[in-house]
Amino acid sequence: MIELRDVHKSFEENQVLRGVSLKVRKGESVVVIGGSGSGKSVLLKHIIGLLKPDRGTVIVDSTDLSQLDEEGLNELRKKFGMLFQSSALFDSMPVWENVGFGLKRHTRLSDSEIKKIAIQKLRMVGLVGVEDLMPSELSGGMRKRVGLARAIAMEPEILLYDEPTTGLDPIMADAVNELIIKMRETLHVTSVTITHDMKSAYKIADTIAMLYNGVIIASGSPGEIRNTPDPVVRQFIEGRAEGPIVLEGIIR
Amino acid sequence: MIIRFIEFIGVLMEKPAEGLGRFILLFYAVLKGIARPPFDVRNIVRQMLEIGVNSLPVVLITAVFTGMVLALQGYTGFKRFGAEGLVGSVVALSMTRELGPVLSALIVTGRAGAAMAAELGTMRVTEQIDALETLATNPVKYLIVPRFLSGLMMLPALTVVTDIIGILGGYFVTVTLLGTSSKSYLRATWNFLQVQDIYVGLTKACFFGAAFTLISCYKGFYTSGGAEGVGRATTGAVVFSSMTILISDYFLSAWLF
Repeated sequence: MIELRDVHKSFEENQVLRGVSLKVRKGESVVVIGGSGSGKSVLLKHIIGLLKPDRGTVIVDSTDLSQLDEEGLNELRKKFGMLFQSSALFDSMPVWENVGFGLKRHTRLSDSEIKKIAIQKLRMVGLVGVEDLMPSELSGGMRKRVGLARAIAMEPEILLYDEPTTGLDPIMADAVNELIIKMRETLHVTSVTITHDMKSAYKIADTIAMLYNGVIIASGSPGEIRNTPDPVVRQFIEGRAEGPIVLEGIIR
Repeated sequence: MIIRFIEFIGVLMEKPAEGLGRFILLFYAVLKGIARPPFDVRNIVRQMLEIGVNSLPVVLITAVFTGMVLALQGYTGFKRFGAEGLVGSVVALSMTRELGPVLSALIVTGRAGAAMAAELGTMRVTEQIDALETLATNPVKYLIVPRFLSGLMMLPALTVVTDIIGILGGYFVTVTLLGTSSKSYLRATWNFLQVQDIYVGLTKACFFGAAFTLISCYKGFYTSGGAEGVGRATTGAVVFSSMTILISDYFLSAWLF
């Protein structure tokens, strides 16, 4: 369903992706792990066409994203839902308008119908009675849930999660993991998650891929990754400062 | 030596040239957004309220006091050679041709332009603009086109209000405080004021409205670097817009003279 072939991306002198190749099958949950600044978010933004590769191709549903004009890309994006790390809620509108934003823009539904659907989606992510609140009145966990409700409002086929558990307490993080699993089971979506939270990765992934130095260095089931002999992957999943991974700005 | 000098100039010009190119591309995207339906009328009206109606109090106060000062200074100067009767004309011509559009534009830039840059800048650094794109919404059409159109329409409207209130401020000082007859002030106003003067002022206002919205939106839209970046974008929007208004004012005046 999603395929990245030899994707390269640089920002001025900084080469972030150096030939990433990744396949995501329909209905699969792929988690990309990697350290801070390893290019995980850049990779995710390529999948939805927010960034264009300098070299290589991104294919979604047999369509090469580079061949699409703006309208074609927007049409394809209707298949996606994305949960941002910071939730990225529109702070000038109440929760229900945030959730129903896509419906308002791309359907002819009335405001009352949109609000009804928004309330239903909010209920799906475990929120009741918040539809008229402004995003500034919500806690971090609630904002993530509203972001997720917005992502699923258009009933997407693919869900992208950018660090879904970052900044949440362990209980709220686990609740978000449960929600991600629930979304996959009830909506049968394909999902790509980027995270450095290994507990979350083991819980939600069918496949875990590790991004390091701009390439995917390992890929496998959670069990395979847990038992990998690769010293770089081992250092990362065990969360050790000592090892082959060089931490920028840290002198050892 | 010469090659090094050319290289130095090239490096020096790289960033400004890149910025100018991006600005022109943004302007092109805005024009494309205007030409292509659907039109987000609700959003345009909201921006018209923000730029136009909410700027009214500060524009009114500025206009009335500018008119009053012009009348006071004009009266003091003209009295020296017995031409007090021309105060009305000076106030009317200054307001319609020059001060109406320029003052309105500078005030609205300080208020609405800064707000636009800060709002769009915050949306950029909090990934709200990325979120718009993931929701299959063109952010230029959704965020910038309504602001651009509102600036283009509301600045001339504010200029008309500024002109009228400025002339009334001049009337108050000349007639009520300095004792010139009402008839003579109004005659001096109407006799010398031509449609051309109002047309010149409104043409300037349209240009300033388009310029400050585009510059402010550009600064906000391409913000990077968190809260500090938003601050930089806001300051840059006000400084660049104000400079553009003041510099272009001379060239527009020379062109429309």
